[in-house]
Amino acid sequence: MSNSDTIVRTAHTATAVLETVGVDKSFGGVRAVRDVDFSLAAGEIRALVGENGAGKSTLVKVLTGVYPPDAGEIYFEGEPVTFSRPLDAQHVGISTVYQEVNLVPLLSVARNIFLGREPRGRLGLVDVDEMNDRARAITSRFAIDLDVTEELGRLGLGAQQMVALARAVSVESRVVIMDEPTSSLEAREVATLFEVARNLRDEGVGLVFVSHRLDELWQLCDSVTILRDGRNVHSGAMADLDRLTLVSMMLGRDVDEVVEHGATEFGDSHLQGRDPVLSVSDVEVRNRLHGVTFDVRPGEVVGLAGLLGSGRSETVKAVYGALHSQSGSVEVAGRRIKPNSVRGALRASVAMLSEDRKAEGIISDLSVRDNIALAVLSRCSRAGFVSESAIDRLVETFVRRLQIKVSSPRQKVRELSGGNQQKVLLARWLCTEPTVLLLDEPTRGIDVGAKSEVQALIDELAEQGLGVVLISSEMEELVEGADRIVVLRDGHVEGELDGATLSSSELLAALAGDIATADALAQEHADG
Amino acid sequence: MADAGPARLPTLEAIDEKFGPPEQTDQPSGYFRRMVDADWLRRNGVYATLALLIGVNVVITDNFVSSNTLRLQLVQVAPVLIVALGMALVIGTEGIDLSVGATIALAAAIIPLYIGYGAPGAIGLALFAGVVTGSFAGLLVAGVGVQPIVATLGIMVAGRGVANLLGGEIKSIRDPAIVSLGTDSVAGVPYVVVIAGAVSLVVWGVVRHSTYGRQLVAIGGNKRAAELAGLPVKRVLATTYVVSGVLAALAGVLLAARSRASDPTKIGLLMELAAITAVVVGGTPLSGGQVRIVGTIAGALLIQVIGATLIAHDIPDSTAQMVQAVIVVAAVYVQLGVRRANR
Amino acid sequence: MTAVELSEPTHPAVSRPTTGARAARVLQRQGALVILVIVVVSAKFGFDRFATTRNVTSIAEQASFLGFVALGMTFVILSGGIDLSVGSVFALGGVLAAWGSQHGTWLAVLLPIVVCSAIGLAQGLIIARGGLPPFIVTLAGLLFARGMVLAITDEGSTTYKVPTGSAFRDFAQGELLGVGYAVWIVVALFAVGGVVLHRTSYGSTVLAIGGQEDAAALMGLPVVRTKVVTYAMSGLLAGVGGMMIASYTSSGVTILGVGTELEVIAAVVLGGTLLTGGSGTVLGTVVGVLLLQVIKNVINQVGSLDSSWQAVVSGSILLAVVTVQRYLARIERQ
Repeated sequence: MSNSDTIVRTAHTATAVLETVGVDKSFGGVRAVRDVDFSLAAGEIRALVGENGAGKSTLVKVLTGVYPPDAGEIYFEGEPVTFSRPLDAQHVGISTVYQEVNLVPLLSVARNIFLGREPRGRLGLVDVDEMNDRARAITSRFAIDLDVTEELGRLGLGAQQMVALARAVSVESRVVIMDEPTSSLEAREVATLFEVARNLRDEGVGLVFVSHRLDELWQLCDSVTILRDGRNVHSGAMADLDRLTLVSMMLGRDVDEVVEHGATEFGDSHLQGRDPVLSVSDVEVRNRLHGVTFDVRPGEVVGLAGLLGSGRSETVKAVYGALHSQSGSVEVAGRRIKPNSVRGALRASVAMLSEDRKAEGIISDLSVRDNIALAVLSRCSRAGFVSESAIDRLVETFVRRLQIKVSSPRQKVRELSGGNQQKVLLARWLCTEPTVLLLDEPTRGIDVGAKSEVQALIDELAEQGLGVVLISSEMEELVEGADRIVVLRDGHVEGELDGATLSSSELLAALAGDIATADALAQEHADG
Repeated sequence: MADAGPARLPTLEAIDEKFGPPEQTDQPSGYFRRMVDADWLRRNGVYATLALLIGVNVVITDNFVSSNTLRLQLVQVAPVLIVALGMALVIGTEGIDLSVGATIALAAAIIPLYIGYGAPGAIGLALFAGVVTGSFAGLLVAGVGVQPIVATLGIMVAGRGVANLLGGEIKSIRDPAIVSLGTDSVAGVPYVVVIAGAVSLVVWGVVRHSTYGRQLVAIGGNKRAAELAGLPVKRVLATTYVVSGVLAALAGVLLAARSRASDPTKIGLLMELAAITAVVVGGTPLSGGQVRIVGTIAGALLIQVIGATLIAHDIPDSTAQMVQAVIVVAAVYVQLGVRRANR
Repeated sequence: MTAVELSEPTHPAVSRPTTGARAARVLQRQGALVILVIVVVSAKFGFDRFATTRNVTSIAEQASFLGFVALGMTFVILSGGIDLSVGSVFALGGVLAAWGSQHGTWLAVLLPIVVCSAIGLAQGLIIARGGLPPFIVTLAGLLFARGMVLAITDEGSTTYKVPTGSAFRDFAQGELLGVGYAVWIVVALFAVGGVVLHRTSYGSTVLAIGGQEDAAALMGLPVVRTKVVTYAMSGLLAGVGGMMIASYTSSGVTILGVGTELEVIAAVVLGGTLLTGGSGTVLGTVVGVLLLQVIKNVINQVGSLDSSWQAVVSGSILLAVVTVQRYLARIERQ
């Protein structure tokens, strides 16, 4: 039986290639997926959206055989199926492309594509040449240019993602599920990915596209299923929905409420005509950055924009001393900081939120409290011993301020949701009382609710006089949040744009290499 | 507008005013509550097993409950425990120290060789040998980035070779001060046991309450994150190996003092295994990020009591070893249950 | 659709390698070979008795026993695991073979093979099915196997002798073209091992598991089965190695194999196999094993040196080589 507000049920026609009826899945006492009907037709690209915790990834895992459902049935091409492990789903013809590339970096591209199904030659041994030839044929179909004998790990993330998709394609899948495939890609690669997806759809493959990036949905998808609190609250054509309605259904809030708060919550900018609080001059990192120079004034949010590989993360890491730079200088409030030294940067009141919170941020075995206090341990210590009360005070302040949802500060940080973990990391850096805050993708992979909280916080910090450098792969976030945008390309600073009057399309033009046009457009925009 | 100053930490009142009173956070669901009970049992399994085993021995072993037995067991476990404490720290950083046996041999070989400098001198030099091997390991692991197992393996092989060259043949130790260290007691408690107890206390305090201890655990949990938070990773790692080396050397001194001889080929053999076993059985995960000192003590005692039980009942060495093997696997299996449930 | 060239990758280890970096990479992988060549050449000129046929064959024969064990260890390490029990299993194989030879040559061959594979199999199951860390399981295996050795030799006091005239002696003492059978067998096994690693799906799976186990599992590769087989093979080969040395020395020495596991790990690492798994060659292990044996041999040649110097030199070379490997890896990354 179906449930909830607006259900538009897709007809159970013979073209439904993958379908679930009444699927339930719980973990312990928590119901992750409740009574979900889901239907995917052949030759369809269906978006699957919802906040974190809405049940998207659980549903995907049920569909791909990672978890067996507690109740309900799964149908593949009209026949009921049971999957006891992922291999069963794959055998039936369901492939998955994950957000983290789930391939083997030390093996070659060709081997990765054919792992488990290598072509055999004489004596039943693997025919390496045949394997390489076939791999070349597949990747050329994708119109991507790479050496199939190269170690996969040596390619960029975007290329690796393509190889993952190539593998799915080579298996002649009937269903391809893509879980956040574009979060590490930039515009050109996303375009290629979409092209491939459309080709697959036209060949009759059914695709499921799970994504946080709302803009992409209308570009690519034919239909959409919205999950909220584990239930299917809407299934229908993509074109029938507008952005506001989609977001309000995801959040369960009224359309009006969403308009008022906005999906992105940056407020007015405060430009200061003062001496810069951060001065980056001629920073040089071999093969990565060439003469990067820009300033940040107190109270200003400077966005760093650029395509993948343009050097945004590298810039921020080099400023912080986390990436070795060969030359150049960084000054904070006029004082030069020791190069290539994270501790020097921290001493100079610079803090950096890393892009990869799992690998470079969270210490999962430790408590929330220990994670927050990590960077200021020595400050909270006397004669080599830690002052627990000092830590407690600090932690309580920030848990409140950032509204971090924990049952107690001693809770293990790994039990928190992505959004709350990100807040814990922000708390860690705010503890150091920074003058300059470098944020690399601060809202990546967190749900809409937490996202707006973080954006509001960034705005507030700028208001209080902090200098903020913001990297975001979401055009809108950058455009709305930054006072000024520094555009990077291939490790050079191409130019700067005024954030206050900028629009997304102008930024896009700039990234495509045409600063002059972007400027002109912005001028027009401001005048007219 | 304000100058470019540090972000002022707002007062709690100001926060409440802006955000409203803190919301009621959810109680942990039934799932978590149930898990906590089983979790507690698993985490404390080593203590339960130890208590059980002691209880069994009280019943079935003659003379188990006597001050002689107690003294003997404690004296025997003391050196292993001291090494295990150092090993626990190293394992906490996600490392391992296979060189402790060689360090013991070195320390034991140095004592008779340099007794000419008097007991304190010889002991000091022996401990210094621990500093040397530890520093070497620290340099390789923290400075060069060699994997701990390979680095300490090389030091172990080379170190034992050096110990053999220094020691040559079995030498007997007759210096009264050192002999006294090995055999005498204070207030009925043998010196070696007192020393082991003191070391345990110090290490426990360091792990729980010192900055170094907090940093160690963080680095073992996620080295890159600790680096980016400005923690002195290399310094902490190197220090840890030096500590392990010094503690091993100390154990070597005590072993030599007790047996009144130093045999470089035999002394400390398989000590690294015993220490690692004690640490693992005591609940410190090999993947780093947690150091359970009390657990390590219990683990060392458990192994000791198992050995004693088997000896007391005339069970041959061969069986004893096989039993020990099974216990190690069982202990880790149980520990793994804890970590799996936490995922 | 026009070809789209993907943008240059951002992560450090991924730019177009400079010639310096490429040289570093080659050196890193073949470092041990370079040292081996240097040592051999110097020894040839330094010692008259080094380059004799007799000495060379002696080196090969001594190395072959370790070689069996090292082959198994190579696969284990490539799969991302480790096997600390091989030393004890090696000893066990020898003792079982010697005892068995007193009751028939077939027994002398079958007993070690069956028992040692069983031990490996058990470890593999506990590791792969039980999910316990290999370090601990094989550490326990080391204790257990050593306990077994003690048990069947009256707590280490009995050394079984292979009866004179027994066919079993021929295994290692027989010769083909002046070189012992053991050498031929181990060379053949290494050759097969190389083919298995690079040209079979089992080999690909081993590399995949060692490289990225989660991905391998998700791709539906038979992770559990592969791991079990790998540990069983390691046990088997260690047992065969022990069997061979029993045949060579005509006795089952009980104190054998202490520290062998570490020596074998050193050989594998020297040969360029990553300790974390996923990358390496079987040939590299051959070089590693030879290098360690040559060092021992050279030190023996010097005569006046205490045999303890072997340990010192071996240990130091291991440290030197891995240090250099690390530095080269750093250069390669930049």
